[in-house]
Amino acid sequence: LATMAATAMSRLANTLARGGNWQRHLQRGYASQTEMTVRDALNSALAEEMRKDDKVFVMGEEVGEYQGAYKITRNLLQEFGEKRVYDTPITEAGFTGVGVGAAFSGLKPVIEFMTFNFAMQALDQIINSAAKTLYMSAGQISCPIVFRGPNGAAAGVGAQHSQCFAALYSACPGLKVLSPYDAEDSRGLLKAAIRDSDPVVFLENELLYGQSFPVADEMLGDDFVLPIGKAKVMREGSDVTLVAFSKMVGYCLEAAEVLATKGISAEVINLRTLRPLDRDAIAKSIAKTNRIVSVEEGWPQCGVGAEIT
Amino acid sequence: GMGMGPMAMMGARAKGRWASRGAFKGSPGAGASRGLRRGAHVASVASKGSPPPAKPAKDMVVSDPGSKVDKETAKDLYIDMLRGRNFEDMCAQMYYRGKMFGFVHLYNGQEAVSSGFIRALRKDDHVCSTYRDHVHAISKGVPMKNVMAELFGKRTGICRGQGGSMHMFSSEYNFLGGFAFIGEGIPIGAGAAFRSRYGRDVLHDETADQVCASFFGDGTCNNGTFYETLNMASLYKLPCIFVVENNKWAIGMAHDRSTAPSSGDDVPHIYKKGEPFGIPGVLVDGMDVLAVRKVALEAIARARRGDGPTLIECETYRYRGHSLADPDELRSRKEKEHYEARDPLPKMRAFITGNKLWSESEVKQWEREIEAEVEEAVAFADASEKPTKDQLFENVFADPSGFGIAHDGTSQMKF
Repeated sequence: LATMAATAMSRLANTLARGGNWQRHLQRGYASQTEMTVRDALNSALAEEMRKDDKVFVMGEEVGEYQGAYKITRNLLQEFGEKRVYDTPITEAGFTGVGVGAAFSGLKPVIEFMTFNFAMQALDQIINSAAKTLYMSAGQISCPIVFRGPNGAAAGVGAQHSQCFAALYSACPGLKVLSPYDAEDSRGLLKAAIRDSDPVVFLENELLYGQSFPVADEMLGDDFVLPIGKAKVMREGSDVTLVAFSKMVGYCLEAAEVLATKGISAEVINLRTLRPLDRDAIAKSIAKTNRIVSVEEGWPQCGVGAEIT
Repeated sequence: GMGMGPMAMMGARAKGRWASRGAFKGSPGAGASRGLRRGAHVASVASKGSPPPAKPAKDMVVSDPGSKVDKETAKDLYIDMLRGRNFEDMCAQMYYRGKMFGFVHLYNGQEAVSSGFIRALRKDDHVCSTYRDHVHAISKGVPMKNVMAELFGKRTGICRGQGGSMHMFSSEYNFLGGFAFIGEGIPIGAGAAFRSRYGRDVLHDETADQVCASFFGDGTCNNGTFYETLNMASLYKLPCIFVVENNKWAIGMAHDRSTAPSSGDDVPHIYKKGEPFGIPGVLVDGMDVLAVRKVALEAIARARRGDGPTLIECETYRYRGHSLADPDELRSRKEKEHYEARDPLPKMRAFITGNKLWSESEVKQWEREIEAEVEEAVAFADASEKPTKDQLFENVFADPSGFGIAHDGTSQMKF
């Protein structure tokens, strides 16, 4: 069964490369027909949180005048001005440290990395300063910061621009690690991340930015916040569990469609949060199906899938 | 406990006033105490490091011999330096007796920088330090007994024993660490300064004029984050002060072996590195607390009125090794003697008694009180409890919902 699922996945990869129309399957169960791209979902969540709390500010390369390297911060400079949307020099370690220091002092920075590959230059600040300080200071100094940006592969951008950092960050105590898939995830999880009083690593995916997903009315509300630490069952099934996060959820959903034509009922779990991992949801699903395929674009050794399986 | 050779025991038992303790007697470090034999080649490199030229560089700010300081300020400065020195000496003793362990980096000799700067700050100003942070924390106001307890790894430590020597934090006194990586605290200090500016620019808080002083060493001035932060601090005109404690050595690496001089210079000058970023640079005699204070007051006022950062290089020296595990074999006796003669404590003491600001008996009284304070801190730390097992899962998240701590306060992790 696992082999069939894996074969379906590779066939799916080919389908998607040609641009399949599989997301229509997700329209079951939504109250309205509104659609939203992941980009607009992230952009609207950022703007709403910045309106709600003036301690929230955005800092990163090209986030202001360029409207964002991937346009996620479009219009934020126009609405909030240069004192809340900072175009930084190319200085990851420096501006991440400044953001962490600002968070230590009570502000709520959203630090954008053009990709998480570049965040490697800021790893000391993310892990040693942001993640560990609440513990080292015995609860005195918290860090309500969000580090966000595209993670994983894009289209043909080469080895140094394609790494998936989910395993690295989700190993780290003191960090919360989120990875949205669709527009609903993007809105709800980014709002949760900004409102959270802990450092959150928010792993997006560049190829998902332009994809549209249906959004129900309730998801457009100002206080639409998804819980951190809870996975979502995207599709119920009984024969095999497919578990993934971010872009791979889309592949799993298409694989489930292919498997259904062969009489196999696959359950698809969208992790949404990598740290803390929703172990209960995974366990509950396996108890039902007894078979699991973990799908990720990161490297296999010591990966998220290695942890799950 | 630590194995103790005879030389180490002599150091641990050295008693009496700091003046007669002699800065370098019996500070052998772990190398001697474990009886490590070093080859003959070490003797030939032990003469590294030379005393600076007899006259200070013409750019250096020194204190004015006729400078007037009110008696309360003079007392505050001297007592603060005394507290720092006595505390660090006690740390060395406690380390050799096995009461504290791990990495301990002592500040002996550099007290003028801590007292000169930090006593000029307000309680709501921030200080960001490095692993050599005990005395910075004490100057900022963190109670001595809580620093000692932290070093002993006790629950009553300022970080409940969870930070240790290199990670002192205090939200009450705005002491932002305590960082192990050099250069790590520099942008964080700029971030605290950023918050001040943001308070005025965005949050309409006219009273947000707090400044942040970041302390770091000569070795750090070759690190990327130093330059990254100088650039941003200047670009955003942040109310921060970069204080370089140039003690000429980064563990065993002499400053001029690791740092290239600027064009036209023979030796590297850290204070000149501000200019490429539009930041004024000042060189000051870091062995003289009144000179340091003079420069500090100016830099703090500059930052507070919104004119941006200043880079201050303090020529100073650490009398002990890089850490208590450093055998300190590379620095020459001549260099150490030169700086011993410039010890900031007797200098200030002489200023106070010579100018008749306070009497000899009053000064002796302070010295006794501080010795007692340090002894009390040790007794407090000794008597305190160790952390409990539960602390492993506390303070991981400020908002632990869904992870770590359950709503009833107990841990959600199951053994």
